Amino acid sequence: MWNRHHKFERHSLWLVIGILVVVSIGGLVEISPLFYLESTIEKVKGVRPYTPLEQAGRDIYVREGCYVCHSQMIRPLRDEVERYGHYSLAAESMYDHPFQWGSKRTGPDLARVGEKYSDGWHVDHLTDPRSVVPESNMPPYAFLAAKDLDYRAIEAKLTALQRVGVPYSAAQIENAKLDLEAQTDPFAGATSDLRKRYGAKSRSGTSTAIPSGSPRWMR
Amino acid sequence: MSDRNRETDEHSGVETTGHEWDGIKELDNPLPRWWLWVWYGTIAWAFVYWVFMPAWPGITGYTKGIRGQSDRAEVSQELAALKAQRGAGEVKLQAASLQQIEQDPELQAYALQVGQSVFGDNCATCHGAGGAGAKGYPNLRDDVWLWGGSLDDIRHTIDVGVRAGHPQTRGETVMPAFGRDQMLDEPKVADLTEYVMALSGRKADPAAVERARQTYVDQCVACHGPAGAGDAVRGVPNLTDAEWLYGSDRKAIHDQIWNGRNGVMPTWGGRFSAETIKALAVYIHANAGGADDVAEAPRPQASAGGAGR
Repeated sequence: MWNRHHKFERHSLWLVIGILVVVSIGGLVEISPLFYLESTIEKVKGVRPYTPLEQAGRDIYVREGCYVCHSQMIRPLRDEVERYGHYSLAAESMYDHPFQWGSKRTGPDLARVGEKYSDGWHVDHLTDPRSVVPESNMPPYAFLAAKDLDYRAIEAKLTALQRVGVPYSAAQIENAKLDLEAQTDPFAGATSDLRKRYGAKSRSGTSTAIPSGSPRWMR
Repeated sequence: MSDRNRETDEHSGVETTGHEWDGIKELDNPLPRWWLWVWYGTIAWAFVYWVFMPAWPGITGYTKGIRGQSDRAEVSQELAALKAQRGAGEVKLQAASLQQIEQDPELQAYALQVGQSVFGDNCATCHGAGGAGAKGYPNLRDDVWLWGGSLDDIRHTIDVGVRAGHPQTRGETVMPAFGRDQMLDEPKVADLTEYVMALSGRKADPAAVERARQTYVDQCVACHGPAGAGDAVRGVPNLTDAEWLYGSDRKAIHDQIWNGRNGVMPTWGGRFSAETIKALAVYIHANAGGADDVAEAPRPQASAGGAGR
């Protein structure tokens, strides 16, 4: 058998077939169990697809390369759990395409930073990081405020995500623009179906917004 | 390898592999010994690893290995150990009231340590490393408190936050954007700015102050009070003192009347244990000024903030 290696070496087709066989053994053993082993497909309550506005924000996050300095995965290590909260679970990024786990931390991990600081703080911090954290070495992103969000293609984006397995419903895709606009408008809470489609945790409002707890005469 | 009469290269004296491409032949040098042994070693290591560590996936699970190594189990053990280590202090914090913690020097010292470490990781982001705040983020080192500066007030504010996602969150009252929302026109806002300057005892245009008197009664009195003293229960700032959250100059005051910014502080009740919040309240209270201040806290490094407001 060992004498027949020239058969592989002299016929590219045999070589290709041989490579495919060897590589797929490795792939089958390493990858396929991830699709059925209980420990890798555990469900996490409360994970839902991103709202259109969140998805648009995520696209900016990816475009600006935030992942170069920030990870979105808390490792199962004592110090990380103490600082950032419960370690990340695979299912929490099941609707991320691509996921932003990252392995480089110039800045802190951002997996559970949601609602840790106020929206106003994030606006201040993105505009000029050193205005709120004097020792920060993060670059300023003030230029983001100078340009309106272009969301003409938001339905197409959600459709693309749906095709790779994110369970957006037809209604969610159809109303993507409405939902996106509703989430930027602090007063749209009652009149929009955003919450019905994405659950109560889809917050509305921006930094300058008057929160939902405002007196009646303001609504 | 092919054993059919192999050719030896004249120059190097090494056998060739017998392959030939347009007259170019390949020498069949043996692999360096050290390299070969390292390679055998790694193969042997793989077998050892399979025995001791989780390795092979199966149909219903995976081989756990003799050591039963699991990152998740390890981290929960470490966290449990940490909890046990803190246990005694936590129990004491839990049992004591905020006032009792301040009066017991040993327990207070413990609370201050816990408070300092939690403050540095969570609160310093907005309030500054030394707690001196910045524009829009209240100073925690002075004796001016938007939401009250007693131990219980501070604990409650940390717990529920301000205009945050907590059902009992503080901040039912908001400062309207009088200009932006066209409730008052520009001359009225300008006059009102003069009135607020006068309230805090600074130079102001007397004619403008007179003109703004009625506007103040109509729009501002309900929250800020006739003398502008504010109301800590509703988080309404005092307009007569030297503390200005959004800046003290004419332009900043005009801007705040026009745009009516309302600060938001996240709720921490869901992130911290009740004992941690207690410790934090004791730490912040000890760091701040105030008549019922009991002891000096370990001072964090001088704040880089310290901006006046």
